Amino acid sequence: MVETEIKTFSVNFGPQHPAAHGVLRLVLEMDGEVVERADPHIGLLHRGTEKLIEYRPYLQSIPYFDRLDYVSMMCQEHSFVLAVEKLLGVEVPIRAQYIRVLFCEITRILNHLLNITTMALDIGAMTPLLWGFEQREKLMEFYEEVSGARMHANYFRFGGVARDMPAGMEERILEWCDQFEDFMADIETLLNENRIFKQRTVDIGVVSAEDALAWGFSGPMLRASGVAWDLRKAQPYEVYDRLDFDIPVGRHGDCYDRYLVRMQEMRESLKIIRQCIEQMPEGPVRTPNHKVTPPPRAEMKRSMEALIHHFKLYTEGIHVPAGEVYVATENPKGEFAVYLVSDGTNKPYRCKIRSPAYVHLQALEMMGRGHQLADIVAIIGALDVVFGEIDR
Amino acid sequence: MTVDTGPEMIASLEEMLAIIEPALGETLIERRIAHGELTILVPASQIVRVLTFLRDDPGLLFKELVDLCGVDWPEREQRFDVVYHLLSLHHNQRIRVKVRTDEFTPVPSVVSVFPTAGWFEREAWDMYGILFADHPDLRRLLSDYGFDGHPLRKDFPLTGYVELRYDDEQKRVVYEPVKLRQDFRSFDFLSPWEGSGLLPGDEKAQG
Repeated sequence: MVETEIKTFSVNFGPQHPAAHGVLRLVLEMDGEVVERADPHIGLLHRGTEKLIEYRPYLQSIPYFDRLDYVSMMCQEHSFVLAVEKLLGVEVPIRAQYIRVLFCEITRILNHLLNITTMALDIGAMTPLLWGFEQREKLMEFYEEVSGARMHANYFRFGGVARDMPAGMEERILEWCDQFEDFMADIETLLNENRIFKQRTVDIGVVSAEDALAWGFSGPMLRASGVAWDLRKAQPYEVYDRLDFDIPVGRHGDCYDRYLVRMQEMRESLKIIRQCIEQMPEGPVRTPNHKVTPPPRAEMKRSMEALIHHFKLYTEGIHVPAGEVYVATENPKGEFAVYLVSDGTNKPYRCKIRSPAYVHLQALEMMGRGHQLADIVAIIGALDVVFGEIDR
Repeated sequence: MTVDTGPEMIASLEEMLAIIEPALGETLIERRIAHGELTILVPASQIVRVLTFLRDDPGLLFKELVDLCGVDWPEREQRFDVVYHLLSLHHNQRIRVKVRTDEFTPVPSVVSVFPTAGWFEREAWDMYGILFADHPDLRRLLSDYGFDGHPLRKDFPLTGYVELRYDDEQKRVVYEPVKLRQDFRSFDFLSPWEGSGLLPGDEKAQG
């Protein structure tokens, strides 16, 4: 028998592959079925958001944040709005803070539903996707009720939110919460002890706690590796310090733990939603400072000053004092932060968007090495990547 | 204020500075606490040493590099800031480290200290043209294959230089110089009182 040397060959995965979750092009160097090197090529969805923001008044930049990670819209608006408020030094009314937290948690469920169900689809389970998207549709109706848009809400404003919740919405959300618990139980019976699901995820893409920190992980990815770190607890913003919730932590740092952490996080989000509705006081939803928020319509018909305020806000926009801030919030995917440099004009001088999935995808090389091609799909699924925010 | 900038936060930042200042000594060019955030400026050549110190000192333990980005100040001689944001999970603190550089002087890469810096530095190279020495793989990251220029520089136009479309005759995507169907509208938002320069008619009064 003649000995032949087998060379590695490269496989082009994506950019048009259903398991690539968008436009990921992955150049894989394979030794048979085993991945030797994975080189993600990103940027196919690069729209120059950071450049565009430098050319817009602050208010006009909020919609860009919906379009970054287009499954956790309001959470991203939140980081930007908080950063601008920190520079302005604006106080947010307590009701607006509760509404923000309420919708951030709705967004978290929205995001985790998409992630868990599509990950299950990637590794062969179709039913969770169909069931999950029904629930997502109901959540997007809540989005629509407050903002008028199912997805790209543009709801958060500097100093509050765009408008108050419509009457009776609290009851509708609570009703939804009750039936959602049954849904979660259904998903868990489908996946938790499912033999195929466990074969595909347990001990796949294991990351130790040290590696997770060195590679800059955050959010569920970090918690699945056993690090109990959540910005909502560690550096509470808005009213998170008044709410009672737990931080689920994994132990093995594999894809299965990431799934479990996300499932448990949805339960915690449900708890937060219920508490928000219970504790939410009546009151204004925007700061009364008319240098930041427009005056009410009716007032504008009679008061000259109100008219001027409105005109100045929507032509020139807010002037933000010079300075730089870095504001991070706990996005469903991890630490989503905005590094904002202001030069005192009405447009940001620099707005760097720190997106969590960008950092996680970078570690794919480290996580995927030595795994089989089919495992890469499971790892990408558990990474929770959305290319809107990775490519920006 | 919804973000914590209270006196305790400031006090703990001062405590951290008390560790950093003697250790860095001359290396520390500038330090500032603003908006409850600590910023230090160090020489670019020392960045690897500074970050290693911040990561390993038991009083600091900034184990996570959460962000790295460039900022362009074209009127300055050293036009770029490279901004590192570090997070200490142990002490629940953040720090911002800045270095300055120009278009030609490379900044030492910190991939050896934090592997996560790899893509961040590639992005800074791609977007600003900041060079990083000893980076294992300094390719462009976000822009197109074969892209020319560094789009986030202040002197790069928002519309770019080339646009692409599918050409049905050549059966491929072709690049062409940007043709704007209408003028790019750049409004002067500053009110005339704040001095956008000369108002129409003023030249007569001054002339």
